[in-house]
Amino acid sequence: MEFIFSPWPWYVTGPLIGLLVPLMLILGSSFGVSGNLETICSLVGAGKVSDYFKLDLKRRMPSLLFVIGAIIGGFIAANWLSIENYSIALSSDAINSIQSLGVFDTTGLQPSELFNWEFLFSVNGFLLFCFGGFLIGFGTRYAGGCTSGHSISGLSNLQLTSLIASIGFFIGGLISTHFLIPLILTP
Amino acid sequence: MKNILYVFSGVIFGIVMFKSEAISWFRIQEMFRFQAFHMYGIMGSAVVVGASFVAVLRRLGMNSITGEPMKFSEKKKLYKSPLIGGVIFGLGWAMTGACPGPLFVNVGAGYSVMLVVIGFAALGAFVHGLIAHRLPR
Repeated sequence: MEFIFSPWPWYVTGPLIGLLVPLMLILGSSFGVSGNLETICSLVGAGKVSDYFKLDLKRRMPSLLFVIGAIIGGFIAANWLSIENYSIALSSDAINSIQSLGVFDTTGLQPSELFNWEFLFSVNGFLLFCFGGFLIGFGTRYAGGCTSGHSISGLSNLQLTSLIASIGFFIGGLISTHFLIPLILTP
Repeated sequence: MKNILYVFSGVIFGIVMFKSEAISWFRIQEMFRFQAFHMYGIMGSAVVVGASFVAVLRRLGMNSITGEPMKFSEKKKLYKSPLIGGVIFGLGWAMTGACPGPLFVNVGAGYSVMLVVIGFAALGAFVHGLIAHRLPR
């Protein structure tokens, strides 16, 4: 049972995620998460403001149910399928780089110094999480998909648009990691 | 019945994303600094497996369980919007350490601050919807 509770290697998890692409097709839907951000807008009444959000919610139900499942899956994994207080086997280079940002506690799954409400309500926290979140939502809908819809599902379907988007994702991530995040976090 | 299967697929996704550590801010930093193979292994092997099964499904030409043809991803051939939108998304991806899927998995795993990130992501999607007709495609 030990292998269930320890982290699963990439060569197990990657193929399992890849299998979700044909699984969702067989179930009559497709693998992709970011459309749900628009569904959420629509559910809270954005259709009254703009026709863009007058969506066919029935058609979007499979993807919404998938995301509800993802939340449940996260709960199951965190509470019943992992050991408490485990640390990620980050490379020593990564630990050095992250600590040079002023994030010293590299134990656990997420940085405790950043993933807390006090940090969120600081200027830096607002920039990192609120502005960052805004960019995620705006960018992914402008690009027509996110890592799941473009980089996994779109590339699995050999879509050129998805390749361009994935290259864009990476350029943005590199700019953010090497310029913006150090600017925000470094004391 | 179908609805249970969609939720079930999501549960699998959530568990696998958690257990792969792909929902970790640390892992995203490590990836964008080219300091480990881990994330590249996950995404690369996911695409290889996904593409192989999609190729087989296309050849078989069967219908989905709803009786309709399968919804193979046919993205509109665009150049500007995936690139510009992609870069904007990438900036936020590295900042929060999560793309949309992991945002939801993180909430389930108990990282409640991610709810605020989801809120702002929905706001971003909303603003995009308002000005979508004016943006270059």
